Amino acid sequence: MQAEIAVAEHPREQAINIMYAVQGHYGYLPDEGLLEAAELLDLTPLELEELATFYDFIYRRPVGKYVIHVCDGVVCWMFHENSVFEYLCQKLGVCAGEISADGLFTVLPTACIGFCDHAPAMLVNGRLYGPLTPLLIDEILEKLKTEYCDLVVCK
Amino acid sequence: MFEEVLFKNRRPDRPATLDEYRQSGGYEALIEAVKQRTPDEVRQLVTDSGLRGRGGAGFPTGRKWGFIPADAGFPRYVVPNTDEMEPGTFKDRVLVNIDPHLVIEGIILSGYAVRAQTGFFFIRPSYELDAQLIEREVEVARQAGFLGNNILGSEFSFELVVHRSAGRYICGEATAQVNAIQGNRAHPMKDRHMASDGLWHRPTIVNNAETLACVPHILRQGAEWFKGLARTKTGAGTKLYCVSGKVNQPGCYELPIGTPLREIIEGSAGGMMPGSELKAVMPGGASTAYMPAKYYDVEMDFDPLKAVGHRLGTAAIMVFDQNTCLVAATLNLMEYFARESCGYCTPCREGLPYIRDLLWRIEAGEGREEFIPMLQQMARHMDSSYCAFAPGAAESVLGLLKYFLDEIREHISQKKCPFAEAYRPHRKLWYPAE
Ligand SMILES: Cc1cc2nc3c(=O)[nH]c(=O)nc-3n(C[C@H](O)[C@H](O)[C@H](O)COP(=O)(O)O)c2cc1C
Ligand code: SF4
Ligand code: FES
Repeated sequence: MQAEIAVAEHPREQAINIMYAVQGHYGYLPDEGLLEAAELLDLTPLELEELATFYDFIYRRPVGKYVIHVCDGVVCWMFHENSVFEYLCQKLGVCAGEISADGLFTVLPTACIGFCDHAPAMLVNGRLYGPLTPLLIDEILEKLKTEYCDLVVCK
Repeated sequence: MFEEVLFKNRRPDRPATLDEYRQSGGYEALIEAVKQRTPDEVRQLVTDSGLRGRGGAGFPTGRKWGFIPADAGFPRYVVPNTDEMEPGTFKDRVLVNIDPHLVIEGIILSGYAVRAQTGFFFIRPSYELDAQLIEREVEVARQAGFLGNNILGSEFSFELVVHRSAGRYICGEATAQVNAIQGNRAHPMKDRHMASDGLWHRPTIVNNAETLACVPHILRQGAEWFKGLARTKTGAGTKLYCVSGKVNQPGCYELPIGTPLREIIEGSAGGMMPGSELKAVMPGGASTAYMPAKYYDVEMDFDPLKAVGHRLGTAAIMVFDQNTCLVAATLNLMEYFARESCGYCTPCREGLPYIRDLLWRIEAGEGREEFIPMLQQMARHMDSSYCAFAPGAAESVLGLLKYFLDEIREHISQKKCPFAEAYRPHRKLWYPAE
């Protein structure tokens, strides 16, 4: 990580990459990770916190191994209103942001993920899925639970 | 039959490789440019071609490049914008996945035209796998000598870096994007001229990925050819139309710019879904107003849409049918915009939640007649905000008020959403027990 910062002409430019790297290590961005990252970047913790809380894909609280980003954009909404989200939460026994009992999943609502031609859609581990049906969601969850797959770093 | 330009290397299952791109004439424009054309000649060709930005504002690309003062210093930067967080828009994702080298060549050429040294490929986190694809293909291009120092033996050196965002709509706005790349909180900087005072106070040009993908073709086949692709007199080139919503075949289609809406929906997109009738479309993403069915024959290009009081935006056509409640749709959009507001200026930060709450009350059956002028006034007030985000957010509200006032009034008089019990095929799928 230090090497990445050293090659960058402007260290601050690496802020997001560093936060992703720390997040990859801890599974989310905890306070101590934020402090370490800020030090590496030569920023005050507050300056970095300001960035961390600005973005959707930096998690300041613990999350499951897989974060399910459910699109709540208007095209997906046309096809399911809020039901994909409700279905997932019910199925996993969680509310938004919580971790499922097996530690695997967190469900979050997300802005349009650019898969509107397959609405309703969601994003898990870098992959876009849609058009979703209850059956397809069950299949995706089952697969994630049982099959090994590489984590796409920026999850 | 019209021949695709940007999508000509489209394959069913994978992106085109460097070799395939080269077989279709790829990188010839770059080779010719660095050997035989000056940067100014490249810029002039792009100006003559009439190419207008595909990122939403439609600004003439050649003219934007010309804003860099002749005596401006170095280094200079170009920023290919693939943030693409405008709801309904997915063309850049499709484009990058069809022909990554077309986009890369376009970026290098834009760098050549403005004498830049570095490009920052700005990409959103939902497209992480596409970011990895671009990184791989950039390396391939470097191995082939199209990137790096002294490209093809010329004086021109250029690097392309993939910059990952962490997801926030405002980062798509050009000046906010500059802040984001620098690792600052991404609020817009409307009082700075990017062409002389952009990234690290250096000349910087932000262009949409689709805009840049047009450039190699313009250089190879000429400005007149490019103009001739359009269906309208004032337009130029082809356009990637993203069609989504209640149509049979949603997707991203390349067509001559200015193709009438009717042809796009009934031709490429396979018509309306069974049981659906067209009620309205958003012609260019969530920041453009609803356009009612009476404009079905309008030519989908910047000027014809402007003439009827609408905007082409990103040409992401979202199709709403008679069963979709537009008050609820607008409420969904306001929730989105209120959440994504960067919070830098007051009208947007305070006004959008205010609009959202009024819509929420109307949708919940608690609406009152006086809410209508309140909505009207607050939506207009968005024009006094700092950047184009809030006026864009207000467009759906203004469209709703202009064309679907009756629908709002029905909510108010019936004290509930008139669609609540209407036919909604999707509910059966998700709530079989009902
Ligand atoms: C709120 C907001 C969001 C924007 N998002 C994007 C985007 O995601 N992608 C994009 O290319 N342009 C976006 N734009 C437009 C850019 O500011 C800029 O005009 C564009 O990238 C310039 O490229 P062009 O001249 O090739 O169109 C956005 C503008 C605003 C006001
Ligand atoms: S209009 Fe909204 S997005 Fe733009 S600067 Fe103001 S608060 Fe930020
Ligand atoms: S609206 Fe859901 S992916 Fe675009």
